[in-house]
Amino acid sequence: MSEVTEKGRWVSRSMQWVDDRIPITATFKQHASEYYAPKNFNVWYAMGALALVVLVIQVLTGIWLTMAYVPTGEGAFASVEYIMRDVDFGYLIRYMHSTGASAFFVVVYLHMFRGFAYGSYRKPRELLWLIGMAIYLVLMAEGFFGYLLPWGNMSYWGAQVIVSLIGAIPYFGPELMEWVRGDFVMSGITLNRFFALHVVALPLMLVGLVFLHIVALHHVGSSNPDGIEIKAKKDENGVPLDGIPFHPYYSTKDFVAIVVFLILFCAVVFYAPEMGGYFIEKPNFEEANPLKTPEHIAPVWYYTPFYAMLRAATFPFLGIDAKFWGLIIMAGAILIPAALPWLDRSKVKSMRYKGWFSKIALMNFVACFLVLGYLGTIPPSPIATATAQIMTIVYFAYFILMPWYTTIEQTKPEPERVSH
Amino acid sequence: MSEDTLNTNRRYLLLATTGVAAVGVVGATIPFVQSWQPSARARALGAPIKVNIGKLKPGEILGPLPAWRGQPIFIVNRTPAAIEILENELANLADPDSIESVQPEYTENPYRSRRPEIGVYLGLCTHLGCSPKYYGAVQPEDFESDWKGGFFCPCHGSKFDLAGRVERNLPAPTNLTVPPHYYESDEVLVIGLDGQSA
Repeated sequence: MSEVTEKGRWVSRSMQWVDDRIPITATFKQHASEYYAPKNFNVWYAMGALALVVLVIQVLTGIWLTMAYVPTGEGAFASVEYIMRDVDFGYLIRYMHSTGASAFFVVVYLHMFRGFAYGSYRKPRELLWLIGMAIYLVLMAEGFFGYLLPWGNMSYWGAQVIVSLIGAIPYFGPELMEWVRGDFVMSGITLNRFFALHVVALPLMLVGLVFLHIVALHHVGSSNPDGIEIKAKKDENGVPLDGIPFHPYYSTKDFVAIVVFLILFCAVVFYAPEMGGYFIEKPNFEEANPLKTPEHIAPVWYYTPFYAMLRAATFPFLGIDAKFWGLIIMAGAILIPAALPWLDRSKVKSMRYKGWFSKIALMNFVACFLVLGYLGTIPPSPIATATAQIMTIVYFAYFILMPWYTTIEQTKPEPERVSH
Repeated sequence: MSEDTLNTNRRYLLLATTGVAAVGVVGATIPFVQSWQPSARARALGAPIKVNIGKLKPGEILGPLPAWRGQPIFIVNRTPAAIEILENELANLADPDSIESVQPEYTENPYRSRRPEIGVYLGLCTHLGCSPKYYGAVQPEDFESDWKGGFFCPCHGSKFDLAGRVERNLPAPTNLTVPPHYYESDEVLVIGLDGQSA
């Protein structure tokens, strides 16, 4: 017997020993080497893998940042400066984390757009979509709590504005606001609890939800740009005819996407970590001052579309004051995509086979989201507010009119097999 | 005993134990929820403050701003002309009589203060808690050409007059809050207590 087979036998025997006790090989097969994904994936389908990469970057850099960060009202701002100036490579780790936050939203928004365009939310993927929405909400909360931690003046007043939103809830709003802050104003006490939520509670939830997201995905199978079910046509071994094993085919493809992503990511980290004030805002280089609001408050770019809609509520309506309307509209705008699986009544899933109404509606929606995103960054003015009010209506119309325009439009027939 | 009654008994036991467990879970959440309330130290730090207003001239706001419970306090000294505006310019106000707004009883007047010339307001916009800026003079401003003097919130554009009363159709729903306060002497203002005349 040759040395190679001798060694091979030893490896397979130890693997067998492990597999008898924990199903490593079976799990790898089920989720990678024998998980069949449609063979017609395009670049939009790499965003999920990229989101996972960013999650790893955030967890890793986050752990390292906590090693030098001080979560108190007195120490926080100075400790961030200490990380930036005195800790070896501290600036790099901090910029990776702050850029990672924006990168997370870039890939998640692209990932969600993929879902909008190809109908990834349709039956049987409704729960997959809802779990994804839960991830998005936790991610927004994570970004919000994290933004307070540098204890800059923009951190402080940005958080003050968002926490004050709770005060708009009738009857018990003000008490609830005090309970969330743990003080009469945003203070070191608030900072300390936001730190606990940011570094322990929400990351645990996030990882748990991501796990569920993948379990649900692998249970129903991946969708694809044609929006047809590859599981409908299988060969004699039960393998979908249009499916290829995730590993090695898509794992290698995803690595190409990851390399391209990391090149862009590093370019930002090295050359434009503040992104001209969009990733780290200028007033945040000044310590939090409870007596002085910055000249112009704008949230980080990934919240601005919703912030613009919040500001668009300027008049009372149906006996509800403008402030509470702002909260209702903002919460509604964030949550309404969760209803997509039930709003879309089209015969087909993918935009490739939907009619002109759907195509125009989606393009309109994207344009409206971008305009709102811009409006949320600029100071309020009568023209900006009027535009934001119109765009808010357009935003909601995309969803509310969907059951109508997806049923009356002429669709193209879906193909029998995926095209690629 | 028949099998049916046995099963029924088991179901009752199951319900009873689940019920007790649920009560236990609810009870156990109380300390966790309650620990988020302002701590004894945070409440102690919210004690009343004393401010000397002897050097505050008409048309000016006291600066540096005093802080009560960590919140900015606006103390303004209004000119006779400004007081006249407060009495007459009511058409644009959302809540001119301060029905919906928060203030102590002794400030329920057009000036929303104990003395017509001195106004004491919590310097946080009732919309989303930004701190408005003082624009005391009657002159055109970027945000309004016909400005009569007051406060402007840079965050969402709410405008208040020199008595902290908000203009209508702006995001802030109510007038600036008046904190409890009284005059210990001519020049010493106490913020955080109503004093004897309350």
